[in-house]
Amino acid sequence: MQTIEQVVGQGIPLVLDDIDTDRIIPARYLRCVTFEGLGDHVFEDDRKQLAGHPFDNPAYRGANVLVVGRNFGCGSSREHAPQALMRWGIKAIVGESFAEIFFGNCVANGIPTVCVAPADAKALGAAVTANPAQPVTVDLLKRQVSCGAMTYPCSMQEGARQSLVTGNWDFLGQLVEAEPQTRQVADRLPYMKNFA
Amino acid sequence: MAQSNGTQNLFNRVWDEHTVRTLPSGQTQLFIGQHLIHEVTSPQAFQMLRDRGLKVRYPERTLATVDHIIPTLSQARPFADGLAEEMMSAIEKNCREFGITLLNLSDKRQGIVHVVGPELGITQPGITLACGDSHTSTHGAFGCIAFGIGTSQVADVLASQTMAMGRPKVRRVGVNGRLPAGVYAKDVILHVIRTLGVQGGVGYAYEFAGEVFERMSMEERMTVCNMSIEGGARCGYINPDQTTVEYLRGRPFAPQGAAFDKATKWWLGLASGPGAQFDDRVEIDGSAIEPTVTWGINPAQSVGVNESIPTAASFPTGEQAGIREALAFMDFKESQPIKGTKIDVAFIGSCTNSRMSDLREAARVAKGHKVAKNVRALVVPGSQQIREQAEKEGLNEIFTTAGFEWRGAGCSMCLAMNPDKLVGREICASSSNRNFKGRQGSPTGRTLLMSPAMVAAAAITGAVADVRELLK
Repeated sequence: MQTIEQVVGQGIPLVLDDIDTDRIIPARYLRCVTFEGLGDHVFEDDRKQLAGHPFDNPAYRGANVLVVGRNFGCGSSREHAPQALMRWGIKAIVGESFAEIFFGNCVANGIPTVCVAPADAKALGAAVTANPAQPVTVDLLKRQVSCGAMTYPCSMQEGARQSLVTGNWDFLGQLVEAEPQTRQVADRLPYMKNFA
Repeated sequence: MAQSNGTQNLFNRVWDEHTVRTLPSGQTQLFIGQHLIHEVTSPQAFQMLRDRGLKVRYPERTLATVDHIIPTLSQARPFADGLAEEMMSAIEKNCREFGITLLNLSDKRQGIVHVVGPELGITQPGITLACGDSHTSTHGAFGCIAFGIGTSQVADVLASQTMAMGRPKVRRVGVNGRLPAGVYAKDVILHVIRTLGVQGGVGYAYEFAGEVFERMSMEERMTVCNMSIEGGARCGYINPDQTTVEYLRGRPFAPQGAAFDKATKWWLGLASGPGAQFDDRVEIDGSAIEPTVTWGINPAQSVGVNESIPTAASFPTGEQAGIREALAFMDFKESQPIKGTKIDVAFIGSCTNSRMSDLREAARVAKGHKVAKNVRALVVPGSQQIREQAEKEGLNEIFTTAGFEWRGAGCSMCLAMNPDKLVGREICASSSNRNFKGRQGSPTGRTLLMSPAMVAAAAITGAVADVRELLK
């Protein structure tokens, strides 16, 4: 699997708290058997209700680094949410904090999802708003996010960070490999034999 | 296994028992004892297996049901919604091809995935359980460790019966004291979320402990654990006790006879002992909890039914923009009482509150009354078995006489992936779990979360009411 050490791209600011995955991709678009086409509907209802939503602002067209607030991606476990963001063009997310299932879904899709201090998330959002063309760099090796002259320390759950920088974020292959050890665990759990 | 828990809490004990190995990333490869799937988050996972030529490793440890897209009126196939029909065909084909048991509409055991698992005795203490749905935390009511997962992880569990995860910390959420009359499990969990915040549980598993949970029935415990995720905790659980054991006795998938006795010993031995250590502890006074209603766009934005909607200024500066956004979306004013808020729709159902005790309490409130004019009210049982039992008890008669619609089993208007939806700016009194913008099918629709008894009270009053006044 590809190693992901750094993402460089234009930023797009959405520095609000508690954005849930129903808002990222409304449930009616979950009526599908593939993830294709979800990028067209990302934040659809928010965009209809808020004139000038960043995802409709031409200044952010082609952006790759989403800057968010606290507890981004809360609510439903739908992997359709990071899929929709990814298919719109998002390759990394920087924010104050993330809901855990969303975070795991991002990692499974190779999207670095890093935390910065609350004030830094706001400052980064403001910097991107002031100068949308200025590239944002998310560096997982240096554990920092930079934009123009500013650099912010960032963190990511260490196991998840390691899996991206070493190219081990395809868990399926690794998990299947451990078949013998898996069987040992299954054999020692009394409920696997229905307590016979 | 000996009952010597010492300082280890149930979560860490079960985690250790299920650890396969440490992955190169440092995460744990965790064995998953039971996997549940449904039609919405599984089709892409099966495709991932096909793309790699993988099989389902333990097909007998995965159970499938259909719930999210199921129409609750006409269930004739093909469904009127072609996309929903396509998803039904996909899960039928996938289960056939990979050898997984599917509780289809024609199976009397069909229902909401988090209702049928416990009902059939599949959910048991000490197991690890995963499902591609965030409300998988429900199963923690049995003292099992249950995680909501995304579709890539559904593929992981199908192919390997394991998944990769970092070990969360464990917070003991103690609620003691006696709940006032008319205060339900739903009020307790809404109050906990209001107290600890929608992000308060991020990084934690919640152990719900104390007198309030000890006194609860299994159905009430499920309501509490169900909404752990709304407090940010991916997993919530309650230690197994005699209530748990008696609930499981005789259920079709539970061990039987001597095996049940053996199981009981193992189950009870897993509970966190008095010396158990936790990464954090909080204490909440149960006697101070009121019937609780949400006023905003996340489940922490709630008040007691006799309180007023808060002012933005009463929140920390950093949170005020979010509070104003919620007030504007709901079109509510600061300091306005929540009681008396007119409603358009009443919904009793969802994996949070669609079980027998929920329907019995709602029926007790509705009995002898009529649904208010201009209110559309529906009751959607959580499973076909619940629907049948409720009909045996005559609850359907009470509901329909009062003017509620009595529907087939499914997720229905909790997330409105089926035809049951709010229209325009309607306000819904709902026994479900999420009041997010647009959650109930209309992008501008509004949701007030509350207990099923409170929903019934709102339905007959036509506005948010204190159920205790109706039960006098």
